Amino acid sequence: MASDGHPRIAFGAGAPAALSSRSAPSADGGGALGGRACQPEPDDAVVDLATARQVSGIDEVLDAMEQELVGLAPVKTKIREIAALLLVDAERARFGLTAGRPSLHMSFTGDPGTGKTTVALRMADLLKRLGYLERGHLVAVGRDELVGQYVGHTAPKTKEVLKRAMGGVLFIDEAYYLYRADNERDYGQESIEILLQVMENQRDDLVVILAGYKDRMDTFFQANPGMSSRIAHHIHFPGYTLDELEQIGLLMVGQAGYRLSPAAGTTFRDYLGRRSGQPRFANARSVRNAVERARLRHASRLVQQSGAPVSKDDLMRFEPGDFLASRVFHSGSGDAPAT
Amino acid sequence: MRITQGTFSYLPDLSDDEIKAQIQRALGQGWPLSVEFTDDPHPRNTYWDMWGLPMFDLHDAAAVLYEVNECRRAYPRHYIRVNAYDAARGRQTVALSFIVNRPPDEPGFRLDRQETADRRVRYTTHSYATERPAGARYQEAR
Ligand SMILES: Nc1ncnc2c1ncn2[C@@H]1O[C@H](COP(=O)(O)OP(=O)(O)OP(=O)(O)O)[C@@H](O)[C@H]1O
Ligand SMILES: [Mg+2]
Repeated sequence: MASDGHPRIAFGAGAPAALSSRSAPSADGGGALGGRACQPEPDDAVVDLATARQVSGIDEVLDAMEQELVGLAPVKTKIREIAALLLVDAERARFGLTAGRPSLHMSFTGDPGTGKTTVALRMADLLKRLGYLERGHLVAVGRDELVGQYVGHTAPKTKEVLKRAMGGVLFIDEAYYLYRADNERDYGQESIEILLQVMENQRDDLVVILAGYKDRMDTFFQANPGMSSRIAHHIHFPGYTLDELEQIGLLMVGQAGYRLSPAAGTTFRDYLGRRSGQPRFANARSVRNAVERARLRHASRLVQQSGAPVSKDDLMRFEPGDFLASRVFHSGSGDAPAT
Repeated sequence: MRITQGTFSYLPDLSDDEIKAQIQRALGQGWPLSVEFTDDPHPRNTYWDMWGLPMFDLHDAAAVLYEVNECRRAYPRHYIRVNAYDAARGRQTVALSFIVNRPPDEPGFRLDRQETADRRVRYTTHSYATERPAGARYQEAR
């Protein structure tokens, strides 16, 4: 191939005569679900939604979401609605009915550790299966990855990130840091403008999800109406109830190959109740951290009781002590004497 | 005269869908890509201007096509090419290079013969486009 750094010029002849036949950038709205039928189905045809659904494999994602994510009912409902819309759109396209590609830029609001990043990952996978995204990967960034340090630095930085995310989901954590109300010359504004432009013009190529705490996100959208209006779905992640936290904990314990002794079960619930009332509580992430710390204490406990044989059950079982050692039970929150 | 060079020089110009498919294939091989442009298409001009830096860590061809379109917008009447690099051998090797944009009118080349001592002849490929200063080539016909 003539790609050795010395491009070759073929002088006229030889080369086929046909000249440029550049097509318009692909504007197909249909998904991979047989959306782009060359010939529309006749008006009296019927389509089989159940099969389309099965072929797409979305049920795997939706079921996994149902089983592996505790609570989050409003979020799950919204995701099912979006899946249904895309599925029906693909079938409509077979009859030549096109309402245009729906915009799926979203905002996820909620407290820390309520599952925003986790759901975004699943969303990316789902949108790929539905043919809405080509690749379905997730690129998670914060202000630092988007905004530069000096004049002329921001635009290439933001574009770089946008290009990396194309074909998938761009997840912007704590998006409100992009906007600084007190400084109108902040480079964040430039980044927002590029984002807006690409969210509008490259809608076929990526989905942008802005995430953050509810109140600050609301302020951000008020100050940036252009951003707010480009976001079709505002999804709020409610915090978890104690029962849900417990369920999440049990799920994590099970996934890690552990179990709780009956007494440890009670202690664990007690722990979660206390922890959730304390500062810097990060919902499911705090639960995960508690489980991680219990693993450490469990391991030390087994190592220290040297001599005694250790059974498989011992290796799997948390005891109350694995949680009781926590600061939560001792430190001076006052109302909670150590058990 | 239609200039051809690079990997698909024997083919008619690729459509955007075909360009996208080639880019996706390159990405699939793990090759970074770059976009370059020039208004001096002389065969020995290997150093075209870079449209931004080579692009790493991309997943989807849309990102490269986005830059191609940005470049087309800025230089609608220039030659633009897409290169893909394969670093598998430990050095940056061009694996794929093809033209994705060209001026509507290409005046072509003239062969100059210079007679020197002992009836020897030196040949020069002269590009008509370069008779105008850089930046003013391939303008609308006046
Ligand atoms: N509903 C849930 N069921 C089970 N596990 C969950 C659930 N929600 C979150 N988790 C787990 O909690 C941890 C934190 O979740 P995630 O990172 O998605 O939170 P986040 O909302 O993005 O937090 P932050 O705002 O701090 O970025 C993850 O390990 C995730 O697996
Ligand atoms: Mg997160």
